[in-house]
Amino acid sequence: MSVAKRGERPLSPHLQVYRLPLNAVLSILHRITGVAMAASAVLVVWWLLAAATSPTAFAWIDGLMTSWLGDLVLTLSLGALWFHFANGIRHLIWDTGSWFGQRRVRQSAIGAIAVAVVMTLVTIWLAQGGA
Amino acid sequence: MEKHKSFRTPRARVLGLGSARSGTGHFWEQRISAIALAFLAWFFILNVARHLGDPYEVVRASFARPFNAIVALGFILTASLHLAQGLAVVIEDYVHGRAGVILLICVRLFCALLALVGVFAILKIALGA
Repeated sequence: MSVAKRGERPLSPHLQVYRLPLNAVLSILHRITGVAMAASAVLVVWWLLAAATSPTAFAWIDGLMTSWLGDLVLTLSLGALWFHFANGIRHLIWDTGSWFGQRRVRQSAIGAIAVAVVMTLVTIWLAQGGA
Repeated sequence: MEKHKSFRTPRARVLGLGSARSGTGHFWEQRISAIALAFLAWFFILNVARHLGDPYEVVRASFARPFNAIVALGFILTASLHLAQGLAVVIEDYVHGRAGVILLICVRLFCALLALVGVFAILKIALGA
């Protein structure tokens, strides 16, 4: 029966060659950024605890956070935060039943990326002493 | 086919066992915390960014101000809750069985610790002890 011909039948969808739609990529990114920010939260809480403890404790975490590694991690964290923020707004709007059309989904996806990029740059500018 | 005959109807047996009573609670609380964070993030993140790399006394002085302290407390409490809720959903989706339960417990305790330490730090700075 069908078992004999199993090897000849086409497989679909084939995950290795399937190109994820933009919205699917954002959906996965929403989870990844959310989970990753657990690490960012530890850093920020540590920084606050050190500020509440002593100049010595503060100097240590301050040194870590202002190092190139700290800059890298915090920049990625900021990107994650503003992306999660912007994409989260989309989710809240979807929860009301709106913006489900294909055009709206695509437009809001691009909008969320734009907001994330702009807000990340603005925050970095602020951190550099911009205002 | 039922092996054990019972006079209770199937509906009576599942009453109170299903998720219908509190099933949307987690979902709803996660939306509420998301809305709160959408506002709090602006103030908290921009304040942290502005003072990152600043001297000890400057950072303390900033978080000692009532507005900044209240925003920080609000953000830390809400973000810890939102993180716990989000991580729980991810674990429930991908990790099953005993490992999943253990992870759920660990995540919940981790988020509680995060909230506890963060709140303590802000209170200590703001109330000046």
